[in-house]
Amino acid sequence: MSQPAPTTTDVDLTDRMSVTFVGHVDHGKSTVIGRLLADTDSLPEGKIDAIKASCKRAGKPFEYAFLLDALKDEQAQGITIDSARCFFRGAEREYVLIDAPGHIEFLKNMVSGAARAEAALLVIDAREGVQENSRRHATLLRMLGIPTVTVLVNKMDLVDYDEKRFEAIVDEYRAFLAQIGVEAVHYIPVSALEGDNIAVFSGRMPWYEGPTALEALDGLPRKSSGNDGPLRLPVQDVYKFAAEGDERRLVAGQVTSGALNVGDAVVFTPSGKRSTVASIETFAAPEKTEAESGESVAITLSEQIYVRRGEVMSHVDSVPEAATEIRASLFWMARQPLRRGVTYKLKIGTAEAHCELVSIDRVVNASDLGSDRTAEVVKRHEVGECVLRLKRAVAIDIADVVVQTGRFVLVDGYEIAGGGLVLEVVEDDLAALRRAAETRDTNWIRSELAPQVRADRHGHKPALVIVTGRRGAGRKTLARELEQRWFRDGRFAYFVAIGSVVHGVDIDIGRSPENADEHLRRLGEIAHLMLGAGMVLVSSAQNLGAREFSILKTLIAPNPVVTVGIDSIEQCDVDLESGYDLDDAAERVGRALGDAGVW
Amino acid sequence: MKHSERLRTLENQSVYILREAYNRFDDLCMLWSAGKDSTVLLWLMRKAFLGHAPIPLVHIDTGFKIPEMIAFRDQLVQDWNLTLYFGRNEKALETGQTFPDNNLGRVACCGALKTEALKRTLDGSWPRWQVNTETGAYDRDPEPRAFTGVIVGARADEEGSRSKERVFSPRDHHGDWDVADQPPEFWNQFKTDFAPGTHVRVHPLLDWTEVDIWRYIERDDIPISDLYFDRGEGKRYRSLGCAPCTSPVESDAKTIADIIAELETGRFAGIAERAGREQDREGGGLEQLRTEGYM
Repeated sequence: MSQPAPTTTDVDLTDRMSVTFVGHVDHGKSTVIGRLLADTDSLPEGKIDAIKASCKRAGKPFEYAFLLDALKDEQAQGITIDSARCFFRGAEREYVLIDAPGHIEFLKNMVSGAARAEAALLVIDAREGVQENSRRHATLLRMLGIPTVTVLVNKMDLVDYDEKRFEAIVDEYRAFLAQIGVEAVHYIPVSALEGDNIAVFSGRMPWYEGPTALEALDGLPRKSSGNDGPLRLPVQDVYKFAAEGDERRLVAGQVTSGALNVGDAVVFTPSGKRSTVASIETFAAPEKTEAESGESVAITLSEQIYVRRGEVMSHVDSVPEAATEIRASLFWMARQPLRRGVTYKLKIGTAEAHCELVSIDRVVNASDLGSDRTAEVVKRHEVGECVLRLKRAVAIDIADVVVQTGRFVLVDGYEIAGGGLVLEVVEDDLAALRRAAETRDTNWIRSELAPQVRADRHGHKPALVIVTGRRGAGRKTLARELEQRWFRDGRFAYFVAIGSVVHGVDIDIGRSPENADEHLRRLGEIAHLMLGAGMVLVSSAQNLGAREFSILKTLIAPNPVVTVGIDSIEQCDVDLESGYDLDDAAERVGRALGDAGVW
Repeated sequence: MKHSERLRTLENQSVYILREAYNRFDDLCMLWSAGKDSTVLLWLMRKAFLGHAPIPLVHIDTGFKIPEMIAFRDQLVQDWNLTLYFGRNEKALETGQTFPDNNLGRVACCGALKTEALKRTLDGSWPRWQVNTETGAYDRDPEPRAFTGVIVGARADEEGSRSKERVFSPRDHHGDWDVADQPPEFWNQFKTDFAPGTHVRVHPLLDWTEVDIWRYIERDDIPISDLYFDRGEGKRYRSLGCAPCTSPVESDAKTIADIIAELETGRFAGIAERAGREQDREGGGLEQLRTEGYM
């Protein structure tokens, strides 16, 4: 006995849910889709009869899977429905079917399709049972963040609608899903060929009391817009349309988590700059004072701070990490494996940073979840847990805590080659320094004079200019020249060479290499004091590199450091060669300070 | 989900995509046909940039556009102070190598007047003109620079080939599109790194349907050509193109609400939007045109 298919008169057509179908090749994905389209009256009139007729002419039995192929042919002519995105209606809402090719060669397409879906149906053949791609696809769905999976055990007609066979598959698969932290919403025994339990309840399996596939879909909750979770707004861009007479400085981006209100105290990571939300700007829309997750906004800030694309705005009480090293679980899609010694580009939110593979903890065999702890590379279609080191700090969350700012892609050359979830932020050797600086700032006994008041008096903001490079290349000459010029121009400038510190503040420690970090730390703390007074401090030190710059930046954040290199081994904000022209050099450094928002 | 919420979701995502494109590409333009989809796209640009339109618009004038479309175009350029360039295949028009002149088939005519004109207008190798918002005159662009990023108002539900598009879709320097080998795109991370010589098309409206477009026009009261409405003759255009190849459809829809009703439950429920576009029926149709660089 079968019940009639649900009527579609009360369907809310604007409630459209995207679903994807995955599963091992030949487990009947296309047949399930064909059956769903047919049994929900989602096909053009006469379509089934036409295909049945053409099957008869060709002397082959009709299959529901042919419906999809026929639709594809039709689209080539630009008529009727579309294969990559078919629509069908349930009792509650409309569904858009996102085609996610099951064949492993099409992983890129499967990922692109499935990542857009709100729900997934995973099809398993009752005869063949759980196969490699049944497991692999579930692993990818989990990594892609698809919230719900419904499992269809298909081809029940071929196992005589046997409850024991069904239960055996459910037990095996449930145990597998548990290992990857997924719980299926339903396990449904179906025969797409016969139409059992797809859109219509079947009397052939009286032992099954759950929903049909379509009822299961209709019962899925919508992805909540999710105002829970801490505020995250990755800065997409900063606009000022001054040429059109618009003086607003607009910080643009999409709220990816949490909610935002005018008046909120906010901090930007990794720069550590703080401000207050002054307004949420709109165009051709009502005024607003709050924004929630998913909204693309443009805000203005009360204090004019210099922020850039890639920083993440959050509330001050729940801040993402400024990370330079992460442990991540990632899947790889490129022909060239993920390997050491190659510089990749990591993209997370709107931030980009170059990075390298440090180590591979294990490569997971997606089909049996076995681990290879000796792997040197992560090959195409593999999932691996690895440590990545970034060339500069970016704002990062743990994916389990804030998923939107906890997942990233890796670009190899010009192509997105893999996607990953952050498992852990690895403490780099600057982490202790960063924490110490944060503690110092938190406990700082503040003056009644705000930094902006000093900046207004001096006509510029504070900054550290560090001149480095080869010995004898003319570092001190330039540093002194900068101090003099700026002083003459009425700026609050002062020159301190690291050599001067060594014989004073550093007198208790020797000049041995193991004390190099401590010398630098002390220079950084001195700079922090001077910058607190509103000064542009010019310093010089021999052959500093990226690590040393990072130490100084960490200690004086959020104030800017402008690096000047003369025959320097490290790339600097201003790069000069010995024998440089003094006027030209001074002008370029002055411009760099302008670019950094100092004046 | 009410449709107002759906429109908000679509709008937020399209704004995000437009801002990504504006940040990632220096030589960026937006194609504007003056039809409903690309006018919604233009409106979304003004949303994204808080009333400004910093991305220049490019219009391909086939010489056979319905005249009201050009008038509508120039009016909005004035009203919104837009930067608009247009170009055309002057040689084909002068020598009559077109379908209306009976010298070419429909698809070949599209190839000449649209695809070729578009390629040459975008790469700056053919002359192009800018609408002067002060005088209303058409000034020749003295130094046409090449655009390497093009924002296009294609929707996935229009027809099959568009449903396979990515949001950021690379083309080689001939404008060719490799349908089988497209970059992965997920978690709002798009392909933004390109080898020199690659062009990219950006599709902020991919997830919008025809009804979504109309509901949004209704919601925001977006100016739209009145060719879309029945002006008393029992006919209207559902899709705008060249006069010789675009037929109006039988319809008495006089308002946006009429059009929405017609699409959802009325005479057009289940009938393809481009049914009035003749070139889709000929030869390889739209997929062939698109692999060769048609928008």
